[in-house]
Amino acid sequence: MGGKHNGPAEPRVALRVRALESLLIEKGLLSTEVVDEVVRVYENDIGPMNGAKVVARAWVDPEYKRRLLADGTAAVGELGFGGRGGGDRLVVVENTPAVHNLVVCTLCSCYPWPVLGLPPTWYKMPAYRSRAVLEPRKVLSEFGLEVPESVEIRVWDSSAEIRYMVLPERPRGTERLGEAELAALVTRDAMIGVARVGALV
Amino acid sequence: MNGVHDLGGMQGFGPIEPEANEPVFHADWEGAVLAMNIAAMTQRLYNVDEFRHGVERMGAARYLATSYYEHWLASIETLLVEKGVVSRAELEARTAAFFADPDLPLPRRSDPALVARMREAIRKGAAASSEERPSARFRPGDRVVTRNMHPPGHTRLPRYARGRRGAIERVHGVFTVPDSHAHGRGRQPQPLYSVAFESRELWGAAAAPRERVYLDLWEPYLEPDGGSGDGRQA
Repeated sequence: MGGKHNGPAEPRVALRVRALESLLIEKGLLSTEVVDEVVRVYENDIGPMNGAKVVARAWVDPEYKRRLLADGTAAVGELGFGGRGGGDRLVVVENTPAVHNLVVCTLCSCYPWPVLGLPPTWYKMPAYRSRAVLEPRKVLSEFGLEVPESVEIRVWDSSAEIRYMVLPERPRGTERLGEAELAALVTRDAMIGVARVGALV
Repeated sequence: MNGVHDLGGMQGFGPIEPEANEPVFHADWEGAVLAMNIAAMTQRLYNVDEFRHGVERMGAARYLATSYYEHWLASIETLLVEKGVVSRAELEARTAAFFADPDLPLPRRSDPALVARMREAIRKGAAASSEERPSARFRPGDRVVTRNMHPPGHTRLPRYARGRRGAIERVHGVFTVPDSHAHGRGRQPQPLYSVAFESRELWGAAAAPRERVYLDLWEPYLEPDGGSGDGRQA
C-alpha cells in the first residue's frame, strides 16, 4: 500500500500489522492486492451514500417504503446493497413526529456496513456506547438535536446479527426535489439517529 | 464475561467527540487490519463470535487504552496463534524484525482467486440465521425477564439488561447462539427476539420517561415473567 500516513516515525502498531501481514502472505492466506482491494471497496463503493439512496427512494415511493419497513434486507437488496458487515438482516426503523430512533452497539461496534459503510470513530468509542442507552436524550442534545420530552426515544442496541438503520423524517420544503437531490440531503448521522435531515437552506 | 467491553450504562467516559470530515481510515495499517480480518473469516480461520470474544479477552486496561483497529489486531493475533495458523514464536520474531528495520518489504504474492473470493464475501456476507425452525416459546407482547447470569465466556446479554423485565417486540427467527459458537461448541441455533425495555426498568425511577431500549436476545437468555424464575435481582 502507499505511504498515506506511514511516515518515518511509523508507530509500533503499524509495524506489528506489517509483521502479521508478511506471515499471512507467506502462508498463502493474504496478498497485498487483497488489502488494496478491501480498502478500495470501503473507501469508494460502500458508504452512507448507499443508505441515502435507500432513504430518498422511501421518501418518494410509498410502496418501496412499505417494503423497506417490512423487510429491510430485501428492500435495500433491490437497490443492490447487502452483504458483509450487514449482520444477517437489516431492520429499518422510522422516525415520526412521535418517535425518534437511535442506533448503538454497547458490546462492540455493530453497524449496518452495506448501507452506511464503516462506522465513524465516535460510534466505536466508550463515551457513545456507554451513554446512548442510559441517557439518549442528553446524548442527542450534545449532537445538537433537541428531542422534546413528548417524543418517545427508542434506542436499538445491536446485540445480535440484526443491523439497524434509521429512516429519517423528510424535511419540509423538499416536495419538489427529485430522488437524487433528496439523497444528497441525507447524512450518515441522520441514519444513525443522532441528527435530523436538515431542511433546504 | 463481565468485561470492560460491556459498556452500556457505564459513566465517566466524558463527552462524545465527533471528528469533522473523518476519513474512512486514519492510517494504512487500519485498512490492512480490516482486510486481514475479512480474509481470515472468509477462509474460515475463525468465526465472528470467536473474533468478538478475542477482543473481549485482550485485557481491560489495554482495551480502554487502544483504538478500535488495535482491538481487532489483538484478537486476530490471539486467534491465529490459538488456531495454530502462526506460532507465537514466529509472530514475535517477525514483529521484532520489523521493529528493527521498518523498511523491510512485504513478500510479493499474487492471488487473483483470493481477491475474487473476498469480493464475493463482501458482496454476500455470512449467514447467522438458520433454516431450522425450533418452535419459539414467546410471542410478540409476551412479558419476559432476562436471566441474571454471569458466564465467564462470551455472551451477548449485556450486564445492564440482566434480571430485567421486558416485552417481546418481534420474533426475528432462529439464529446461531454466540455463547456456544465463540467457544467451539457449534452454532446451536435458537429463536432470537427483539425485546423492549422501559428505561425505568433498566435505570430506576430517576430515568427519563418515554425512553425505551430494544435488545436482540436469544431464547436461552429469557424466562417468562410472572414465574418465580431465577432472573429478578433483589
